[in-house]
Amino acid sequence: MDVLVYDKTFEGFLSAVFYVYEYKLMDVHICKEPPTTVMFGNTIRIDTDEAKAKRVWSGLSKKLSREGLQSIYHAYLADTLQEEDTMLAYIRHALSSDRNIEKDYSHFAVLRMQRVDRMVHRERHRMKAFIRFKLTKDNIFYDGIEPDFNVIPLIREHFEKRYADQQWIIYDLRRGFGIYYNLKTVETITITFSEESQGTDSVLWMDQNESLYQTLWQQYFKSTNIASRKNMKLHIRHVPKRYWKHLTEKGFSE
Amino acid sequence: MEKIQAKLAILADAAKYDVSCSSSGSTRKNKDKGLGDTGSGICHTYTEDGRCVSLLKILMSNICIYDCAYCVTRRSNDIRRTSFSVDEVVNLTMNFYRRNYIEGLFLSSGIMKSADYTMERMVLIAKKLRTEQNFNGYIHLKSIPGASADLMHAAGLYADRLSMNIEMPTNEGLKLLAPDKKREDMIVPIRQITNEIVQYQDERKTLKKVPTFVPAGQSTQVIVGATGESDRDIMKVASAFYDKFKMKRVYYSGYVPISNDNRLPALSSQVPLLRENRLYQADWLQRFYGFTTDELLPETIPFFDSEIDPKLGWALRNMSLFPLDINKADKAMLLRVPGIGLNSINKIMEGRKFGQLTWDHLKKMGIATNRAKHFITCAGLSEPAKDLTEMQIKSLILSGSSGKFLPHQKQLSIF
Repeated sequence: MDVLVYDKTFEGFLSAVFYVYEYKLMDVHICKEPPTTVMFGNTIRIDTDEAKAKRVWSGLSKKLSREGLQSIYHAYLADTLQEEDTMLAYIRHALSSDRNIEKDYSHFAVLRMQRVDRMVHRERHRMKAFIRFKLTKDNIFYDGIEPDFNVIPLIREHFEKRYADQQWIIYDLRRGFGIYYNLKTVETITITFSEESQGTDSVLWMDQNESLYQTLWQQYFKSTNIASRKNMKLHIRHVPKRYWKHLTEKGFSE
Repeated sequence: MEKIQAKLAILADAAKYDVSCSSSGSTRKNKDKGLGDTGSGICHTYTEDGRCVSLLKILMSNICIYDCAYCVTRRSNDIRRTSFSVDEVVNLTMNFYRRNYIEGLFLSSGIMKSADYTMERMVLIAKKLRTEQNFNGYIHLKSIPGASADLMHAAGLYADRLSMNIEMPTNEGLKLLAPDKKREDMIVPIRQITNEIVQYQDERKTLKKVPTFVPAGQSTQVIVGATGESDRDIMKVASAFYDKFKMKRVYYSGYVPISNDNRLPALSSQVPLLRENRLYQADWLQRFYGFTTDELLPETIPFFDSEIDPKLGWALRNMSLFPLDINKADKAMLLRVPGIGLNSINKIMEGRKFGQLTWDHLKKMGIATNRAKHFITCAGLSEPAKDLTEMQIKSLILSGSSGKFLPHQKQLSIF
């Protein structure tokens, strides 16, 4: 078996697909570098090549609709699932068929891609819901998140449209980058956190009114609950525990 | 600070029996780089009772001149009374929205002094949010019964949704429990808004610049289990609201015992959660699956079966229409198969264009196999037994399911 290792970029993945076709590989596994598991077989490092990536993409564009193409990108953003082999199978099925295969639910890769797409969609939706901005002394609304998947590229537009009159930062602490809206455009940023900002003493960087609104929100969350209808199972299904540490209403604040 | 927190505690607590928290269906977009946007609606969190929190749902005031038996803010109830000022509500909404806590505001109120006095202040809050703060998030105003036509109209210009809760499914129920309220005081404003929405829609066809008017439509709520109405009575009323007043939603609220009034179920009685659940299922079946109330609840069967969902109940009464060939049946009939929902149906319709669908495919699509298998045929699934009675199929399905309302130890053996 050949193991193709790419540099975590989407272009890198498409370059790997190009390589599969160029050398007519049949038994192949694609993964991000560094390989997460030791693979037996012939390991090949893929050089990311934008021209090759473009060729693969335009080839796919002839076979797939916008949604179909998007599902490949979304599967790529589901970085923690490592679905590269499913993506390749989906691409192979699409390229070898003379009609559009996006709805061919009798094919395993189509079904799996749809499921992954739905998972990414759900995580994206959760992040639209679970962002909790805190107003800093610099008058920037900030939130640090740890999403299951790399969904910041998918929520950028939503927040840009909605919070057009305030500066904000959404930062993916897990992946080490974020986006900053400066009242004109959204830019990608990385932050070097200082000792003190990482400490628990958030008073140091929060606006003086911030804790008031956090308290009011916690009060609202408590008062709007109907105790006689308590249903923790349902509550946890909608708000899984792994998100709690970033949710103001759950009593945590950064 | 304490003062506003104490007010919030009281006025959020009093507003929580309003079920609606929908923030979808509006078309309002961010304007001139202001704050906010509406769209498909987002549940920002869920309370411990499992309900979605999408809007800041509060009363403007819990002072009320009315004495409705089912309501915590009724005049005769000895509770702490308080009111928000107009600016307090505006300020809370803006600051919650800026932190991405909410999609907008759901404002309701006890009736202070008079219907118009109260409605005017509510409209002022919405107006300030829109015109002074350039707030483009969602606003739901719960109209006050008996509010004047002018105020209703103004409310429609600033709100995304207007609602008026009819509370009691029947006029008799209303007379018994809410002697101050008249059904007409609710129906007249609802009808006015229904008509105005249509007018604005017509104008939009010919004129370019027509202001939005209640873009997310109207809704209402009925209380379930406070008086003796049957499920069929309730569904009939709901259907009328959907048909006649083009309501977007009817909400069903299982009565939460809040008073010792002998006209009402005792304080110790259970919230009828299962009944409420069945009503929502039936509501969905009527709006999206092509069922009518008479099909789901014929005159001879005024209540839903608590053990099985309304679709399964209908199917069991109509076994002669089944089994369906999953590869051939038309969509309207597929919609009626227990255990298969809209999403799966769309997949089936698309998937079968590529070839014969088998039982394995259906399982992977995520249908509820335990229910569906008795009503369909396809390769890989043995033909449903022909000689089973309605009761036998029901028992078979119940023995293989673990519904959230079923006692877990239940074992049924039938043969």
